[in-house]
Amino acid sequence: MPLMDVEDLRMYYRTSSGWVRAVDGLAFKLESGHGLGVVGESGCGKTSIAITLMKILPRNARIFSGKIIFDGKDLVPMGETAMRKNIRWSGISLIFQGAMNALNPVFRIDDQIVEAIKLHEPNVTEKEAKERIAKLFELVGVDPSRASNYPHEFSGGMKQRACIAMALACNPKMLISDEPSTALDVIIAAQILKLLRELKQKLNLGMMVISHDLSIVTETCEEAAIVYAGKMAEFGDIVQIFKNPLHPYTQGLLSAFPSIKAQKTRLISIPGSPPDLTKPPPGCRFNPRCKYAMEICRKKQPALIETEKGHYAACHLVNPIN
Amino acid sequence: MDELIKVENLKKYFPVNLGFFRSIVSRSQIFVKAVDNISFDIKRKEIFGLAGESGSGKTTTGRVILRLIEPTAGKAYFKGKNIFETRQTDTKTLRRQMQMIFQDPYESLNPRFTVYDIISEPLKIHKIYSSEKQVQEKVLERLEEVKITPPEQFLLRYPHELSGGQRQRVALARSLVLDPEFVVADEPVSMLDVSIRAEVLNLMFDLIEKHNVSFLYITHDLALARHICDRVGIMYLGKIVEMSETEKIVYDPLHPYTKALMVAVPIPDPNARRSEAVIKGEIPSPINPPSGCRFHTRCPSYIGDICRTKEPELLDVGGEHYVACHLYNK
Repeated sequence: MPLMDVEDLRMYYRTSSGWVRAVDGLAFKLESGHGLGVVGESGCGKTSIAITLMKILPRNARIFSGKIIFDGKDLVPMGETAMRKNIRWSGISLIFQGAMNALNPVFRIDDQIVEAIKLHEPNVTEKEAKERIAKLFELVGVDPSRASNYPHEFSGGMKQRACIAMALACNPKMLISDEPSTALDVIIAAQILKLLRELKQKLNLGMMVISHDLSIVTETCEEAAIVYAGKMAEFGDIVQIFKNPLHPYTQGLLSAFPSIKAQKTRLISIPGSPPDLTKPPPGCRFNPRCKYAMEICRKKQPALIETEKGHYAACHLVNPIN
Repeated sequence: MDELIKVENLKKYFPVNLGFFRSIVSRSQIFVKAVDNISFDIKRKEIFGLAGESGSGKTTTGRVILRLIEPTAGKAYFKGKNIFETRQTDTKTLRRQMQMIFQDPYESLNPRFTVYDIISEPLKIHKIYSSEKQVQEKVLERLEEVKITPPEQFLLRYPHELSGGQRQRVALARSLVLDPEFVVADEPVSMLDVSIRAEVLNLMFDLIEKHNVSFLYITHDLALARHICDRVGIMYLGKIVEMSETEKIVYDPLHPYTKALMVAVPIPDPNARRSEAVIKGEIPSPINPPSGCRFHTRCPSYIGDICRTKEPELLDVGGEHYVACHLYNK
């Protein structure tokens, strides 16, 4: 049984100009010890996916349909108290984008983590919690004696590590990481990605890495989901996606991305920009930017179909398996 | 002589504000050595890259060359003329030939200016044309060049009505409207989406070809530098530690820091070797940089006392490949 099984998930935001379809029919499975990368441009609904899975939605957002089966339980009908008690932090943890700004500057770092632990596990004493923090800091590669420092005494990389330690404080089964390495320098980013990869294996975590950067996903994950305008464009094993990208959007992303090892070529951009999600274009949402767009693309929305084992794409040009 | 820009022994120290009490008690002033004695040159029609981690002094270098901030010491020549010795009035004529593109197109464009105001402002400041009609023609022509089409429809729009990519293209049009010969581009695409980056960069290439512009391209993204720059200088704590043609830096890095940087760059290919040998620690503070070679505290190929005591010079190891490391100073 997969750790997380999402079916037909829809989450829209209500705005003055209509419903923004930020997550529109999402489906995927995630196993323990596996990494799933979610890739797309900004405004494609990547972060919306993360906050929907944790159900930490702003007031104007609503889940319209779908199931989020986590560890055998469906999270969609679950109440707020149960979510807080059993799921958030102890089941699924989230490391926010720009984690260095996620720490409260006027509290010591260990006190902030103790607060999180005590909130979710009221039986733990302060002393036990501090012992746990020391272990966590060792795990993420920060000297445990620095735990009682204030955030400003930490460097960017150390803050990011502290945030990872905090996310792991209640032994979650799944970790969602939103842009784990943006705002960090190359060498520090590489250290953090390596840490995430090791933690995933050591703690058998199900991990979801959200990024606009394909290389970050390839460094940390086994599977990738390419999202475009709230919909999944392609899903599959990361090697399959790189070797044989099927969706024109994936192909576009790959050729727009500079690689340090590849031949020095002119990078090719995807013309245009993502659509306004209050009025997505009819048919395939990518059709106004797609160079292969045909008549059918403007009329009918393509379904996500399996083209080879475990490799799915939503495009009228691909053929189903056999 | 095909050098357009020549920088010699450039230094920029920022004084550290100690606060009232300590400034009375302590006699010595403390400095952040943002740029510490660097030399390089940029040839005509060349894109020279400066790469390094944040805090290595890349942006400061770019700004000092344009005299947006004053240097502490050193010389910088533009077509043989020392930029730092020109008087205020001459700086204005100099600025006509030297322009800058900033990192964040959301902050570098005045939100109360229309696209027309933004692009025509440099023309008006430098009084290039006498009639408004000529100004308008030039603006339209430049907008067309940066593929903001149809340009007439964009003239009266405000920056908030444009997407990030469009904003950065307007910024590009603004910096090129005076037909400069040299442009400092400070991470011009780091705020843009991957899919749009290529568009802005390709546009830059085309304009370089068309107008014979030289670029100083400042970036922290080595993969991008490799696709853009002809030559690259790698900076660490205010020093250039290695400088050569981009291909040599990528395929044959010599300095241990450059090697570490190359290993750390994530590769968008799942079959590629995972970067395991990442160096530890973080960049030290530029207020009190390590003695000797500044990289010795993190260096995996530390060879002994010499690294700690003596500062290595930037020397040519053959084929205009410059390295500042004791491993190669034989």
